[in-house]
Amino acid sequence: MSSPEPLLTLDGVSAQFALPGRPPVRVLDDVSLSLRPGQVLALVGESGSGKSTLGRTVTGTLPENGRVVAGRVTFAGRELTGLPERERRAVRGKDIGYIPQDALLGLNPLLPVGVQAGEPLRAHGLAGKAERRERVIELFGKVGLRDPETIYGAYPHELSGGMCQRVLIAAAMSTGPRLLVADEPTTALDVTVQKTILDLLGGLVAENDLAVLLVTHDLGVAAERADEIAVLKDGVLVRSGRTREVVADPGDAYTEQLLRSSSLGFSGADAAAARHERTAARVPADAPVVVRAREVAKTFHAHRGRTAVTAVAGASFEVRRGTTLGIVGESGSGKTTLVRLLAGLTPPSAGSVTVDGEPVVHHRRGAGQAALYRKVQMVYQDPFASLNPRTTVRSILEEPLTGHRIGGAAQRARRVDELLEQTGLPASVADRYTAELSGGQRQRVAIARALAPHPEVLVLDEPVSALDVTVRRQILDLLLDLQDRLSLTYLFVSHDLGVVAELSDEVLVLRHGDVVEHGPASDVISRPRTDYVRRLLASIPGAAPAAAAAPSTP
Amino acid sequence: MSVTETEAAVAAGPAGPAAPAPARPGEGRRRRWLGRLVDVARTPSLLVSYVWLVLIVTAALAPTLFAPGDPLAQSGDAMLLPPGPEHLFGTDDLGRDQFTRTVHGTRLSLQAAVIAVLIGLVSGSLIGLVAGAVRGWLDSVLMRVVDVMLAVPSLIVSLAIISALGHGTINIAVAIGINSTATFARLMRSEVLKVAGARYVEASVFAGHGYAYRLLRHVVPNATRSVLAYATMEIGSAILTVASLSFLGLGAPPPTPEWGLLVAEGRTFIAAQWWLSLLPGLVIVVSVLAVYRIGRSIDRGRTRVVA
Repeated sequence: MSSPEPLLTLDGVSAQFALPGRPPVRVLDDVSLSLRPGQVLALVGESGSGKSTLGRTVTGTLPENGRVVAGRVTFAGRELTGLPERERRAVRGKDIGYIPQDALLGLNPLLPVGVQAGEPLRAHGLAGKAERRERVIELFGKVGLRDPETIYGAYPHELSGGMCQRVLIAAAMSTGPRLLVADEPTTALDVTVQKTILDLLGGLVAENDLAVLLVTHDLGVAAERADEIAVLKDGVLVRSGRTREVVADPGDAYTEQLLRSSSLGFSGADAAAARHERTAARVPADAPVVVRAREVAKTFHAHRGRTAVTAVAGASFEVRRGTTLGIVGESGSGKTTLVRLLAGLTPPSAGSVTVDGEPVVHHRRGAGQAALYRKVQMVYQDPFASLNPRTTVRSILEEPLTGHRIGGAAQRARRVDELLEQTGLPASVADRYTAELSGGQRQRVAIARALAPHPEVLVLDEPVSALDVTVRRQILDLLLDLQDRLSLTYLFVSHDLGVVAELSDEVLVLRHGDVVEHGPASDVISRPRTDYVRRLLASIPGAAPAAAAAPSTP
Repeated sequence: MSVTETEAAVAAGPAGPAAPAPARPGEGRRRRWLGRLVDVARTPSLLVSYVWLVLIVTAALAPTLFAPGDPLAQSGDAMLLPPGPEHLFGTDDLGRDQFTRTVHGTRLSLQAAVIAVLIGLVSGSLIGLVAGAVRGWLDSVLMRVVDVMLAVPSLIVSLAIISALGHGTINIAVAIGINSTATFARLMRSEVLKVAGARYVEASVFAGHGYAYRLLRHVVPNATRSVLAYATMEIGSAILTVASLSFLGLGAPPPTPEWGLLVAEGRTFIAAQWWLSLLPGLVIVVSVLAVYRIGRSIDRGRTRVVA
């Protein structure tokens, strides 16, 4: 499988970014790697570890203020570093393909995707117009896009995220490259789509003797897909080697931490059983029902009311105090709509939701909802979008206190300190702007804000999906801990059944707005009744295959 | 760009929490101002712009600091002198020191520009805020009115307003302000719509405050940022427009020193005594450039903060 001659070698590569008025920041420090044809090398690290920069030094697309200050990048026996831009361009997009992270940002919304996928062929003058079309359509078929002829003329907004990612893979493959640099190709996607995309990449490697540089923050993905793993931390290579060796013997604290954060060797049944024990010890069996939904449904009208889209079709459930209801589904399954119905952000078309016996109402400007929001608070998916960038942490945390008229000034100040402590943030964070905080810190602030008015119910809308695996681990632990201490009721939404299994007592699986399965977590996860749930289980990156293959033996 | 900034933020990240933390509220703000000051000091063009701005503002407040003489004092034996150590900008046909006149004219020109922008900013922002926040039929009505204002040539509107109010620099300012209201309203409305759709605005409903509070607390500060940046740039344009309308003779009556008027008076002698028009004109150009430069830096700073 592997020929002796490496295709790509990095020899002591260091790179730095120049910042106006500050000393240059070194983002890569003496990194040496090699990659043979037919191999997948995974670059693993948290955000800011320099893994994307490494990918960019290979493609030669560092931002203007970044440059390689030492070392050599050699590709197919040719040194790339220091090559003039003209010659670099001859290699980039021809011998080295690149797959960006965000498929929707990677495509021009005003051009048909087929034309864009043929762009590398046109840029390198490899094919005429008719030939390009033919090649692209053939590639579209290869990357698993159904009906390639139609897709050729489609625009990005008409395709799903997974389909866009396939288009970009087709574009990268169009020139028959020998190396693909895939920069977090699946981070923005659902786990089920992630699995199919990674399967596709794996197939291409085997078929074309392709080498792949896979940049990812998830060691689970890397362990499952790569032949070799290189772990980066603050621009320094801390561990590299064959995948099996790295997983069996991390030999480095950071690698071990990444390994523990990933869902490698994850077993849904075990997680659900552990969760069951944890809840049983804390929540009495006759705990009162806090949230009750009765046949709640939402239909959207499109095209001036001519077509109706059912986002949620009649969901009914009850959640007891101190327990968690996990709501799972792929994007487009209606889980976000369901959350908005539960939080009173959208009025239901039919049915009702009650919290503590009080009906959840909706008003466009939030009038009359303050009483509800003393009991129900929400944590959003993206902590970069859900916090006002122009306020300090203190004022963010004080806002719900003043809004719900809790305590005087001195009490509020104490409460802010208490909230920071509860969410594991240093007290010094209070007077910083949210723009200065990292993603994990921001999500902690968002959780602290939600806790401020002593709510009973927290609606958690994919609270960890936008975070790195290590941070995800910490936030999940924090949520578990808070639930134990404050006996909170959670409504936890995620596309990742692995995450849901860890902190849910009951699971509700949504598909196209319908409730596919609903029941105690251990039942749904250990004995899935539908193929859909089995597929969700199988797509948890790095999960133990036993959990996925578990047959439905009643 | 964004990649660099993320990397930089990350690079600063580990050092951040370890750094001595601000103890009292408000210290974070002070730290930010200090950082901004350092940024300014490190960008020469920006530094020059700020220095110039400070100079002209000082000249407007206390003109005698720079030119102790009387701007109206005529002198029979110092007519049409070229620039020199005695008369930095030369003298005009009545022997008045042109530099003194330019310095003393700063107040009126600057005052007019600032009033013009303030009128446009306040009225335009209010209209835009109401339209963007209330939506519905009120939005449609306000925006159609704004469309009409944008459709009529601004010079004609200015002339109409000035002929109604009478000549004078402040009246010019009012005319310019009314003219720029439409643009400010448009900009404010689009910013309000953009910000109102942000997640953090939706999230603020959970804090239990009323709609007006949420609007003032989350929407207005985030929406006004680019409106304010535009307003600084608009000061530059207003200086120019005030000068042009004064040049046309719609501003202050002749003996009053005013930048546009100085240029206008000097044009009679432009072939032989070029400095009479050129030097006050250069002062206008440099002032406008400085204000533009500062406005641009504020606008750019905005993208950095949000990213």
